[in-house]
Amino acid sequence: MNSATWYGLVGAALAGIGLYGLIVHHHVLRKILSFNLLGAGVFLIAGAVARRGAAAGLPGDPVLQGLVITGIIVAFAATALAVALLLRLGQTTGSASLSPRALGDAAAGNGARAATLRADEASSLADPAAGDPRGGATS
Amino acid sequence: MSTAAAGFLLDVGFGLLLLAVATFALRSRTTYAAVVGFVTFGVLLALVWFRLGAPDVAITEAAIGGGLTGLLLLNASAVLRPTEAAAAGERPRLLVRAAALVAAAAVAGGLAIAVLALPSPAPTLAPLAVAGAPATGLGNPVAATLMAFRATDTLLEKVVLLLAIVGVWSLAPDAWWGGRPGRRHQADPKGTLVFFARLLPPVGIVFGVYLLFVGADHPGGAFQGGTILAAMWLLAIMARLSDTPAIDGRWLRFWLVAGPAAFVLVGLAGIALGDAFLSYPEAYAKPIILGIELVKIVTVAATLALIVAGPPERPGDPRR
Repeated sequence: MNSATWYGLVGAALAGIGLYGLIVHHHVLRKILSFNLLGAGVFLIAGAVARRGAAAGLPGDPVLQGLVITGIIVAFAATALAVALLLRLGQTTGSASLSPRALGDAAAGNGARAATLRADEASSLADPAAGDPRGGATS
Repeated sequence: MSTAAAGFLLDVGFGLLLLAVATFALRSRTTYAAVVGFVTFGVLLALVWFRLGAPDVAITEAAIGGGLTGLLLLNASAVLRPTEAAAAGERPRLLVRAAALVAAAAVAGGLAIAVLALPSPAPTLAPLAVAGAPATGLGNPVAATLMAFRATDTLLEKVVLLLAIVGVWSLAPDAWWGGRPGRRHQADPKGTLVFFARLLPPVGIVFGVYLLFVGADHPGGAFQGGTILAAMWLLAIMARLSDTPAIDGRWLRFWLVAGPAAFVLVGLAGIALGDAFLSYPEAYAKPIILGIELVKIVTVAATLALIVAGPPERPGDPRR
């Protein structure tokens, strides 16, 4: 076995680890993290394939490497959007979990934890420097 | 021991370490520890990319995978700390965990079989990339791939980043629309953070722009350079030396759109003057590509910093 094949196998194992975490974790942040591990595993397999394609004096297939770079950036964009959605979920329900029980609690109006997370919002409203919450857009 | 054998042993070590850190990130009790594990994972993975002969990917992974994604997740884990105790008490039933284990093992096993069954000799586009690179004027075949051979991918990736920021902003509560993203940071004006936030940006800005220019012929590029500029800006914001701009600023929006817009304009000019969308006239290929990259580095820096900063949470400038 050479290094490229070995890293390909590591990538396969990483994809498995990520998938397992994605399923068993209830906390959405842990799900997002696991999803990134899964993605890293897939990219690593692509890297192993690119490495095997070393030719013409290059250490790897540059086209596949370029695609991986694009992939990493798009994965970052998706992660950022997912984190923003998660923080908003936390603000509105007070929970960062997708388990049926937590969502049920939120629907039943158990807003105690939501209040904790919204406290920041309230404190910036109370801040005299904050002024008009609409950012003075109307003034 | 021969160098090849020593290199392979090093790779085995890196691979096992990578799997160990990933397992740690998966199993650690607190989200904070998990995120720290993930950042470590990103840095290790960047080293692995070097070992795989992909320095361009390594720089991107270190900057984005470890750096910016790590920052994003660290911030989220701090904000969500109050929810953690409740989530930690929830574990899926044994049956679910067993099924997940079977599914994960099946996927990993299937991928491993696919890796072992890869055709030999491996198909590769490397000779074509080397043959085509002189026409682009770029000495780095990965840069030539991103800016010429697969330029449409790069253009669409910029559009994805733009969509991501629209998505993040659209999660703002109505009251804060047009306000400033993120909370106002507190920092001790005589502290270490402020010291480094004054010391690092001049160096970081030079290095970011250097990465842009060197990226034509060596590992680097506008995206990697832009990530460093974004990191410098975020550092200044965290040290309270700077602040996030209100999201309705006209110049801000201009620069967010400028990168993809310049790319599209050059692409359309390619239809009018050349053969196809995004075809560059050979004599001017390198100046055109560097021109796009110069606009792009500003767009990338602004977009990445604001994506990390999140939706607006405070009012903007009350004078306006």
